[in-house]
This record gives sequence, structure tokens and C-alpha cells, in this order.
Amino acid sequence: MRRNPQLNKNGELQHLLSIEGLPREVLERVLATADSFIGVTEREVKKVPLLRGKSVFNLFFEPSTRTRTTFEIAAKRLSADVINLNIAASSQSKGESLLDTVANLSAMQADIFVVRHGSSGAPFLIAQHVKPHEHVVNAGDGRHAHPTQGLLDLYTLRHYKKDFTRLTVAIVGDVLHSRVARSLIHGLTTLGTPEVRVIGPQTLIPTGVEALGVHVYRNMREGLKGCDAVVMLRLQNERMRGALLPSAQEFFKHYGLTADKLALAAPDAIVMHPGPMNRGVEIDSSVADGPHSVILPQVTFGIAVRMAVMSMVAGASA
Amino acid sequence: MTALPDAEQLCLQLADAIRPQLTPNTAMIGLYTGGVWLAERLHDLLGIAEPLGTLDIAFYRDDYHQQGLARDPKRSKIPFSIEGRDLLLVDDVLFTGRTVRAAMNELFDYGRPARILLAVLADRGGRQLPICAQYCGARVEVPAGARLRLRRTEEGRLSLQLEHAT
Amino acid sequence: MTLRIVNARLIDPASGRDAAGDVLIERGRIAALDGDARAARAERTLDAAGQVVAPGLIDLAARLREPGEEYKATLESEMEAAVAGGVTSLACPPDTDPPLDEPGLVDMLRRRARALARARLYPVGALTVKLQGETLTEMAELAESGCVAFSQANIPLQDTQMLWRALQYAGSFGFSVWLRPAEPWLSRGGVAHDGDVATRLGLPGIPSFAETIAIGTILELVRATGTRVHLCRLSSEAGVALVRAAKREGLPVSCDVGVHHLHLCEVDLGYFDAQCRLDPPLRAQRDRDALSEGVADGTIDCVCSDHTPVDDDAKHQPFAEAAPGATALELLLPLMLRWGALKKRSLVQTLAPISCAPARILGVQSGRIEIGAPGDLVVFDPEAPTRMTPDALKSQGKNTPFLGYELPGRVRATIVAGKVVHEGE
Repeated sequence: MRRNPQLNKNGELQHLLSIEGLPREVLERVLATADSFIGVTEREVKKVPLLRGKSVFNLFFEPSTRTRTTFEIAAKRLSADVINLNIAASSQSKGESLLDTVANLSAMQADIFVVRHGSSGAPFLIAQHVKPHEHVVNAGDGRHAHPTQGLLDLYTLRHYKKDFTRLTVAIVGDVLHSRVARSLIHGLTTLGTPEVRVIGPQTLIPTGVEALGVHVYRNMREGLKGCDAVVMLRLQNERMRGALLPSAQEFFKHYGLTADKLALAAPDAIVMHPGPMNRGVEIDSSVADGPHSVILPQVTFGIAVRMAVMSMVAGASA
Repeated sequence: MTALPDAEQLCLQLADAIRPQLTPNTAMIGLYTGGVWLAERLHDLLGIAEPLGTLDIAFYRDDYHQQGLARDPKRSKIPFSIEGRDLLLVDDVLFTGRTVRAAMNELFDYGRPARILLAVLADRGGRQLPICAQYCGARVEVPAGARLRLRRTEEGRLSLQLEHAT
Repeated sequence: MTLRIVNARLIDPASGRDAAGDVLIERGRIAALDGDARAARAERTLDAAGQVVAPGLIDLAARLREPGEEYKATLESEMEAAVAGGVTSLACPPDTDPPLDEPGLVDMLRRRARALARARLYPVGALTVKLQGETLTEMAELAESGCVAFSQANIPLQDTQMLWRALQYAGSFGFSVWLRPAEPWLSRGGVAHDGDVATRLGLPGIPSFAETIAIGTILELVRATGTRVHLCRLSSEAGVALVRAAKREGLPVSCDVGVHHLHLCEVDLGYFDAQCRLDPPLRAQRDRDALSEGVADGTIDCVCSDHTPVDDDAKHQPFAEAAPGATALELLLPLMLRWGALKKRSLVQTLAPISCAPARILGVQSGRIEIGAPGDLVVFDPEAPTRMTPDALKSQGKNTPFLGYELPGRVRATIVAGKVVHEGE
């Protein structure tokens, strides 16, 4: 097997492309580093000088205000210069190829490319073609991976639940199209979580997902029993009605998280959601805003995790 | 080569040297890792009321671009306002002065102290920046390439150790 | 022009011969063998000591990209690639731009190929106009201009009524129909085998049953019409099983597999290696093993290169957006030699699926070494390795999963109709 393209010869994180294949120590190091950055984000001056003089290019081939903003805040708190490029609206529509776009930006002295792309694997392609001092951070590629989201989910779980080796975690909803789910599953299994469940109708669960080390539940009530954490996935509008699902209403009835379904989980279970939420589709407002919800802390942790990732990759030589 | 001084003994001497100059405005901050051990000991010995602050300077190091991020940074915790305070910065070994420079930079991101004093267990010389310690347990000769560091046993005993580069 | 090849290890899969010998080619055809050939006088003599002399390879699927896609490859470059790979006859699918649905296009293509005087070209005509699946092509006309069979290339017919009619019509003239079994709705949007790897990488999948359902449909229509069908590019274990049963039943079906599918499987996608983006997709390891076994036991008649030159701009893309296909004319022989070594097959057995077997499907006399057969031969050293570098490849397409690999076999000379059309080192 070829060397994991994310790691340099010393086994340090040079790019962050996917949680899959990252050794446990690397994941733990990201979480520990993020923890120190939490200290920074709680200070008066929320900035450290690590990436002073470095340029972070936010390369978003697919629109996403939220993720782009958290990366921007994280980069600025590391003192980097941030350049936001909404490629969806510019060069690609003029027919420029992905690699041409990257080559052009590289000529503008980039240090980190934060890449969001609609096609699975695009950040891997970019990472293969950047210069040795340039680093790629995947901010979500197709259905494949959203590693910083996965890491912030892991951070959140560790924050509230401490020990991964005693957890039962359920991931509910559209797993088929979810890069968030894939990244979290890899992270949880790498950190030794004994029971990871995915819950959803068969139309939204990918073929052979069991090979990733999860148990599949079609019935949400069954699947939630005894869970320490429930991760709800976003259901995209265009998938609410068609061949995958008949309607948002029927989905909510059977797979939406309501207080009575949550009561089946452990009494101290936490509820997570990568956002943005569809209230009344995958999650009921009373749960989203309720005492079990840690959805807003997730956002805060997300900034520290992204600071950790960017400072780790930018400091790793090729 | 002469034996290294006894760290436990140095702690007591250091506390004795600091004690007369403590003011109600003094707060103590230890630098990870050895500096925090030493600071915990001094904090006890001196009976300082304000809780101890701890600083990990990983995000302020000037060798980040060569070395990358330190492996296991700790969360800096300053459980008091440093605005207008007399700060006593504590580290185990003073060498190039770069760690203290980074610590001062970080401290100023928490506020504007009135004064910063430096206490170290051992000074091995070799300064690369205009920094000196107001309180110093001992001067220690260290061969080039070797590393002097503080160790703590499981029972909490402190000792100085020389590590030779391999 | 007479050409004599002496001191060769003559391998003829059609007769099972593997013995030292000599060949004489006169007026484009094999005129004498062994003692007679040795004694004959010739204008040119090739000493093939230490080399294998076998029938020139016959490839049932090589895209030459003409007409219409000359930026990807040209007839010149790809015909050069063919003979460099020891391929002396090739069939090209009709998915050119425009598709091969008019006699004029077929005529022109054949004339261009003849003028180049490299490999023999056998165009496969479009089964429906513009491959759109709505109107039958003038198959009889197309056959007169040189089409050897009719096909939809990689664009399956959605309308089963149309497929039924197309088979009836083709069968009326005794034409055979070559079909890629792929159920269009189940294949829609997919870029990889619907299995563990696609799930892990988040790639839209094509289930194996997209192939088996299509094979089931086709076999039913073969039973109904009696038309001879050649199934192209099998990719699944279950697909091989269906064909095996159909042959046992005596249905007039044959099939082939792309040579990549004997070596690679979904795991080779690694971290989104677009070189492994192929159509049909690389499936699971057990599928690959079943395909390999299918070739060994004769269920799968032929192995083809499925040569598809893809330019770098189209290949250096995120996996799903990368154009499928790989350059393979020059890899067919090395990859078959590699397969034969892995499966412990003799050279006779290894070469049959790329010589006499495809000749039978095409209904041509080449692909064998016997007196009177066309003088199409390949001379190669089965032991000498070839490194697959972009510079070493004559094809304009430089993209292959085996780029940089060292593969067994080196073509020393390729002979078409008694003329040496390629001489290698």
C-alpha cells in the first residue's frame, strides 16, 4: 500500500485530507493541541503569532458560508492572512481546470489551501500537485470526508464523555451522502469506540457500510437504546422527496430526533449536529435547544480544532 | 565533572531569596513543564494566595517554522487578571532566553503587568537574548550539546539531570 | 515480397503447437512452414532465435478516437501503438464523434487505415442512429462497407423493445450484435463498483446487478430471436456465472473481458487514483478472480485491451470527473503474459484469448499459423521486460494504471500481410 499521502516521512500531518488511515496518536495530538487552543479562544486577545506572514487560501468550489467562516476565524486567530475564493462563481465556470486554478493560486504564494469541493477525492488530487511547502486541508469533499468536522465531533465527545472505549454512538439520517458521517466513523473506530451505530432507511445507508465497523439499524427506537451520544445528520432539501424518501414529514416521524425518542438513549446522552439544522425534519426544536444538546459548543470547539489542524500541518515539512 | 546541585535544596534557597520581596500584588506563573513543577513547589513554600498560573509557550516559539508545532502543548491557564500585577515567572533552566521571550509575548496577550521578574532553578549561560534572572538557584556548567532539565519522580521529588545528545 | 522467419519458437494457439520452426510468407499469406520454409528463398529473412513467433494479436476493442476526437488520439498514433504492441487486427467500437452509423464514415475510416498500412481495422457499426437508441441503422449497408458487427459501445439501450427489434433485425441478416451489459438506470451516475471501497471513498456506486440484470435481459432476447450476441467487458463474478450457464444451454453467445479487469480490483483505487477509473468499474477481488478463472476455463472467450486514450486534462481530475478508460494496446501482450504467469498457463493457453479466439468472433482467417492464413505475426521475447513510461508508449494516450510498471514481454517485430510494420529493440 502506498504511504498515506497526508503524512510526511516522519509520520507528521502534512495535509489533512481524511481521518481514515490516520494513526491514533495523530488524532490524539490534534485533540490535545485543540485543547490548548481552547485556552487561547477564552482570552482577551484571541490570537497567537504562529502563522504570521503565512497565507491561507480558502478555496471553496462549493458554497458554504459556515465552514468557510470558521476556517477564516481559525486562520486569523493564528495570525495568518486569509484569502477567500469562491471558485464556484469564478474560474471553474470559465472552464479552468482544478489543477490550473491551484497552480495559479500557488503562484500567489499560498501556504495552506483549505479546500471544499463537490467531488470526492478532489483534495487528494490537489495535495498530489502542490509544492512541498504548501499544505492542503480538506474542508469537505463530495460524500467522502469532512475531517475537521469529524475531529471537532471527536473533541466534543471527548469533552463530555472522556473515554471513547466505553461509548455507544449513534449516527442518524442520510449516511449515504454524508462526508461528516464517514469522517466521524473512522475517527471513532480509530480511537477504540466499541459501538458505533448508523440509523436510517436502507435508501440512505451506503452498501456494505458494516465494513467500516458500524452496526446498521433501520429502526431508530431500537438503535437509540443506551446510546451515549446521538449525532444527527443534515438532510439536504433535494433529497427530502424522490426515490430516496417520500417526504420530509414521513422522515421526521421515523428518523427525526424527538424528546420521546431521545428518552431511549442513556439519561446523560448528548445530542450533536454538524449544522445547519433542519428543525422539524431531522431534529425537533425542543431537542435542539434542550439540555442534552451540545450543538453550539460544537461550533466553538470547531474553531480550536481548525486552529490545531492548520498549525500542525503548516509546521510539518514535506 | 562536578556533581549537579541538589534541586530540592535549591528550591528552599530560591524560596528564601524570593520571600523578602513578595508583595500582596505578586502572582506566580510557571512555564511548562519543569517550570510548573518548580512553581508549584515555590507557590507552596511561599504561601502565595493567588492561584498559580501556568503557561505553555508552544504557540509563541520562534522556531515553529523550523521545528513545527510542539508535540503535546498544554493549555495555558492564568486564573487571575495580570493587569497591573507583579508577575514572578518561574522556569527550571535558563539557557538562550528564547523561552522567556516567548513567555513574555504570550503574557502580554493576557494584559499589561506592572512588572515581570524571573526565577530559575539553574542558569547554564549561553544567552542569545538580553534576558537575565532576578532569582537564580545555581549556575551550572553544561557541556555543549548536552541538555540540562528538571525531573520529577512519582513521589514528587525534584532533581536536575544532564541529558547528552544521542 | 517474401519474408522468411527462421529459428523461432513457433506458437499457434489454434492448433496447440509450441515448437521450434520457421515460417515463409509469400504474397501476404503464410506459404510454407518449417523445413519447406527453411529451404525456400526469400527477399528478407528474420532470425528469430530466442524469440517467440505467434499469430499477430487480435483486439476486439480499441478506440482510435477518429473521427471526432483527434485531440485525444489519431489513427496514425493509435495504429502505430497497435503494431508496437503486436496487435495486427483490431475492432473499433462505434462511439466516435459522429458515431459509426453511416457507410460513408466507415468507408473513410477503413480507407485511412488501409493507407496507413499498419494493423487491419474492423469497424463495429452503430446499432442505432447516433447510438441514441431510437432508430435502427442501415446495418446491411454498413456491413457492405465493412462493419463486422453492430453495437451500442458503452451506451446501453434503455428501451428493451428497441433492443428486441434490433436483435431481430440484425439476426435476419446473420449479423452478430455486441452488447455491453449494463442496466442504464442502475448504472446512472455511478463511477465505481458499489462496494466497500466506493462506500469508504464516498463515490457513487454501480452495483454488480446492473450487469447481471442486463445479461438476463439480453439472454432472454437471444432465446427469443436466436441472434448471435457477443457480450462485451464482463466485470462481475455473477456475470461470468450467467454466461457459463447460457453457454451450457447452447445459446449463441460469446463474451470478452478487458485486460485490466484480470489484474486490478476496487482496492487499486487507493486514494482516488483516476487511472483506475474504468468503464465498467473495477469490482471486488472475488470478481477479478472469477473473471480470471473465466478466461482460464474458456467461459470468457477473449481478452481485449479496451484501449481508450484519454488526455491528461481529462484524466487529471477528481475521480468522478475524470474520463474513464486507459491506454492499453501496447499493454495487452505484457498484461496477458503477466496473467499467464500468475495463472500458470502455457503460452499457447495465454495467447489463445488474444489470437484465435477473437478471430473466431470476428469471423476472420487470421489469428493462426497455418498455410494459407494471412501473414500476420508477432515476434516477441517473453522474458524481456518493458517499462511502461509515457515516452515508451506510442499511443497518444499516456494514461494507464500501469504507468511506471515493468511488465513482461517485449515486441521485437510485428508483421502484417508479410510486411514488417514494426521493429522494436
